[in-house]
Amino acid sequence: MTTPLIAVRDLHKWYSGVHALKGVCLDVQPGEVCGLVGDNGAGKSTLIKILAGVHRPDRGEIRIGGQLVEIASPKAAMKLGIETIYQDNSMVPTMSIARNLFIGREPLRFAIGGLGLIDHRHMRADAMRAIANIDLHLRSPDALLSELSGGQRQGVAIARAMHFKSRVLILDEPTNHLSVKETNKVLAFVRSLPAQGVTGILISHNLHHVFESCDRIVAMARGEIVLDKPVGETNVDEVSDVL
Amino acid sequence: MSQLVRAKAEDAVLTTGSGGTVRKLFRIYLEKPELAGVALLAVLTLVFAIRSNGVFLSVDNLRGVFGLLPEVGLVSIGVTVLMICGEFDLSVGSMFALMPISVALMTNHGVPFGLAMLLGLAIGAVVGFANGFITLAFHIPSFITTLGMLFMVRSLTVVLTGGFPPLLSSDLPIGIFTQFVGPAGILRVSFIWFVVIALVAGVLLGGSNFGNWVRATGGFFEAAKSMGVPVWRVKMACFIVCSMLAGFAGTIQVFRLGSALPSIGDGLELQAVAAAVIGGTALTGGVGTVFGAIVGALLIRVIDNGLVLSQVDANWFKFAVGGLTIFAVVANSWLRRTARRIKVEG
Repeated sequence: MTTPLIAVRDLHKWYSGVHALKGVCLDVQPGEVCGLVGDNGAGKSTLIKILAGVHRPDRGEIRIGGQLVEIASPKAAMKLGIETIYQDNSMVPTMSIARNLFIGREPLRFAIGGLGLIDHRHMRADAMRAIANIDLHLRSPDALLSELSGGQRQGVAIARAMHFKSRVLILDEPTNHLSVKETNKVLAFVRSLPAQGVTGILISHNLHHVFESCDRIVAMARGEIVLDKPVGETNVDEVSDVL
Repeated sequence: MSQLVRAKAEDAVLTTGSGGTVRKLFRIYLEKPELAGVALLAVLTLVFAIRSNGVFLSVDNLRGVFGLLPEVGLVSIGVTVLMICGEFDLSVGSMFALMPISVALMTNHGVPFGLAMLLGLAIGAVVGFANGFITLAFHIPSFITTLGMLFMVRSLTVVLTGGFPPLLSSDLPIGIFTQFVGPAGILRVSFIWFVVIALVAGVLLGGSNFGNWVRATGGFFEAAKSMGVPVWRVKMACFIVCSMLAGFAGTIQVFRLGSALPSIGDGLELQAVAAAVIGGTALTGGVGTVFGAIVGALLIRVIDNGLVLSQVDANWFKFAVGGLTIFAVVANSWLRRTARRIKVEG
């Protein structure tokens, strides 16, 4: 049996008295797309925020590629190859596409103690390449994010995650607020992840989206995993029942 | 090959840019909102020059304007950078008085000038740190923290001096700030300090990764945080720099005037916010430039000076600055909306 890329064991999280995660265990195999479903407050967001380094677990362990890790910050998660795309998208509307792509990871001409001057030419060229690589066509890397449609913004977020060669891409409700056409594009992209050597975790309210684009369904309710099956061995009705 | 690519790119620009000059102007405005301030500055300069029969542009008058600009300008730069990262500092006016008073008192007690300046800047850093720490650690609006600090620091200036301005010892090397230089002695050295600091601040904000973090932190705090930007440290740095700049600016003014009045800088905090806003800084954070802050500060100075020279009752000055501030914000939000609409249609 292969080592799971992500192995979560007995993960607990309390938020001021609320037991948000109650001993969650989850394995994600390399090259699969795992669909994480559940109602509001089921613990999905807490789980992925821990994997993305935004929150820290109160108890439990996480292994990445078999290695026991402590994901202390978003930076630490990125170093482990975990990129996250959030539902309300993690882009700054008042900044250009190029600047957004490289927030926190700007290409520098030189640096002293981590601070330095941005290599703008390099950054703009890389931004255009990153965007073209996911078949998104935007006029200029200098356009402000606020000028783009919801789908285009999500495209830039995806371009950013892919540009940094992530091993794991977590998509938290990436199709919220998107048109049908844009949603289909994002789902097609999620399906294409294994072919690009990237493992995916898709969080969604929409069971149809998950069944369409994932290899495995993990359902959460009240802070616990209540179902974990390959897509072929379950159906929408069974999953709805356990939620 | 590269020529072919360039030709294609130009082609693309031509076809997408068919909307004409208006759209181009809006595009420029969206990218450089401070240019509207520059245009207004040019118009006002012309109007005042004509109304004052040329006195406005005389060497003596420009000396006055350029002597004051570094002082207001440095405060505006600090406030602008802090506003871009999403916070306010209302205590700059009080800090503007505290540092020169501290420097005057220390030098009067035998502390060497250079050390007194460094300690004065350190006091600014402490006040900025307190502003930032209280705001961030207790999750309260910086508007409130720094409003409190405004009163506390102002009170300190009176307590320290007993209400009487300490005398500046005549052997202080204040010439490194106040000396007239340049052709016809039109500038003071303080102007050079101002230009150097403004350039450093401008490059840091516009060209460094730190500047990118400042913009991201103010533009969308959660996004910046989730991308691993050290948002806490970024805000702290901005609070500290803002306070230090205010103290430094006040010290320059005191050296120019020769007296450390505990009341200087009163009301300056709001003038600095006005300058930032007039220069295109968004109150919501994320948008603004150092250049815009300077344009805003210069506009306020020009209005102040120009009204006097045009023999308008000087009490109209605050009215004009107030009106311009409101006008700038209304115009900015209108232009931003219109520019976006043109984009969407295009």
